[in-house]
Amino acid sequence: MVFMNILVCLKQILDPEVPARDFRIDRAKREAERGAGNLVTNIFCENALEMALQFRERTGNAKIAALSYGPATAEESLRKALAMKADTATLVVNDGNSNPDPYTVAVVLAAAAKKLGGFDLILVGREAGDWGAGQTGGLLAEELGVPCISFVDSIEARGNLPRIRRQTDWGYEVFEAEPPLVLTITNHEHNVPRIPKVRDVMMSYRQPLTKWTIDDLGIDAAAARAGNTYYEVADLAIPQKETHCEFVSGDTPEEQAEAFAKCLAQIAGGM
Amino acid sequence: MNEIVICLFASGGFDKAAQGLIGAARGLSEYTGAQLHAFIFGTEAGELVSEVARFVDKVVVADQSATTEYAPESCLNALAQLTKDARIVLLSNDIYSQEIAPRLAHRLRGSAVGDGVGVDTQNGVVRVTRQVYGGKAEAVIELKRSPAVVWLRSRSFEPAPARASAGEIIGAALDIKPDTRIRVVERKREESGTARLEDARIIVSGGRGIGGPEPFSNELQPLADLLGAQMAATRAACDAGWVPPTWQVGQTGKKVAPELYLAIAVSGASQHLAGISEAKNIAAINTDAEAPIFKHCRFGVVGDYRKLVPLIRERLEPVCK
Repeated sequence: MVFMNILVCLKQILDPEVPARDFRIDRAKREAERGAGNLVTNIFCENALEMALQFRERTGNAKIAALSYGPATAEESLRKALAMKADTATLVVNDGNSNPDPYTVAVVLAAAAKKLGGFDLILVGREAGDWGAGQTGGLLAEELGVPCISFVDSIEARGNLPRIRRQTDWGYEVFEAEPPLVLTITNHEHNVPRIPKVRDVMMSYRQPLTKWTIDDLGIDAAAARAGNTYYEVADLAIPQKETHCEFVSGDTPEEQAEAFAKCLAQIAGGM
Repeated sequence: MNEIVICLFASGGFDKAAQGLIGAARGLSEYTGAQLHAFIFGTEAGELVSEVARFVDKVVVADQSATTEYAPESCLNALAQLTKDARIVLLSNDIYSQEIAPRLAHRLRGSAVGDGVGVDTQNGVVRVTRQVYGGKAEAVIELKRSPAVVWLRSRSFEPAPARASAGEIIGAALDIKPDTRIRVVERKREESGTARLEDARIIVSGGRGIGGPEPFSNELQPLADLLGAQMAATRAACDAGWVPPTWQVGQTGKKVAPELYLAIAVSGASQHLAGISEAKNIAAINTDAEAPIFKHCRFGVVGDYRKLVPLIRERLEPVCK
């Protein structure tokens, strides 16, 4: 049986749904201010966990480990993963650069994955809803020396060879692949994350959760804490864009439709 | 050997993405004085080669059957050999390019960054401008290692004029062992992909407020047909399974740049807006006058699309026929 040991990497981020009018940045730190915004698990990471859970439900006996590299608050994302029924949770506490570059993240995750050991499938989100670099999966695969398939939306176990489907610009591609393997996961109607039961949420706080520091991983700790040997954010700003929306007038839907159709025809015809 | 290299996957032909990528690369090569080379992958590379040669110093064609159909591992191996002396490698933002770029940077001991809307060099350091936080902010990223591997929203860049004389076309002998660990066993093109959404001039898009799959086919599609438009949708509509995932526009879907983007029952979550920031004109139909989408619109109408769309179609019919 393939994929007995699944690792799902999770990133905690500032809620991407914070509306633009409440969004502030700290220009000196070159990061968003948290403000009143919630911290949430990146949606594609939750899609990845959901896929792992469904794979286990179909095949019976895979073990699912959740792993996060982040600040102390990232424990919340891991508790939620446990509530969704991941088997184990490990947090590598980031006490360095709070916005490490993707290479640093990959080095830390790869070292933690090796220390946990024995994974034949590693799932990560295709990108995060904050910085959206879209590099963790690919760099992690290189660090581990294994193949990577990106934008995957389903995994099917057929005998000993899993079939992995990924989205393309035109449609999809299906792969047969031998473990071990890194997949980056995208959203699909079948991997919308489940809502954990209240009881499981409460139970998750009684479950063990492993915490490591950068120093526990046998990597260059100073470089990992600096988190900027690959790239650095030189500037961060909120672009000023102003558009004035002209609402078409009309007392009835018929009049509104008339005016709106005119505007549409004008632009469509003027091209 | 300090050339700037562009890497194209041929399936899109000489489209806006290829032209914009060449435009961005020409800007950099003229500024730095570096030679400009191009690598082209894919079964349809043949036609593209002579087209691209008009704009660059050299086009390199890999004479290796392993690279004619894209597969992540063998293409990565080929590209790592071809770009080992490059200073900057530029790619577009198609799925293949996004997949391969970070791994290529790792193999070359360089740095990658993606989804760039601007790229320049300052004192030899490559700097890339990109949207972050779902388009709510814009960051400038400075790459610390060389080579720089950058994938761009290439459609946002102006094409460059052809050169007076075409560049040379050469073959490259590669040593690539096919990777047996993963194999493509099926490729499928969705019916809806008759033309690329990214290159559409007009787009009609539906959101969560559409309420189900039927109105997409019964109400929005006929409107799109009238306007000669392509159809798109928000992540919510795709996740609900109402329309195929290939229709998704947004930060994590397609980034589009049409002349007109008509958003119907789309609230305007920043995740979605990040995919339409390059649209010339945005128009919306929504029941909620406070919906964020209207802040980005040139014109809009507050009302129920179920009532309005059939009426709008009626009025457009004589004009568009």
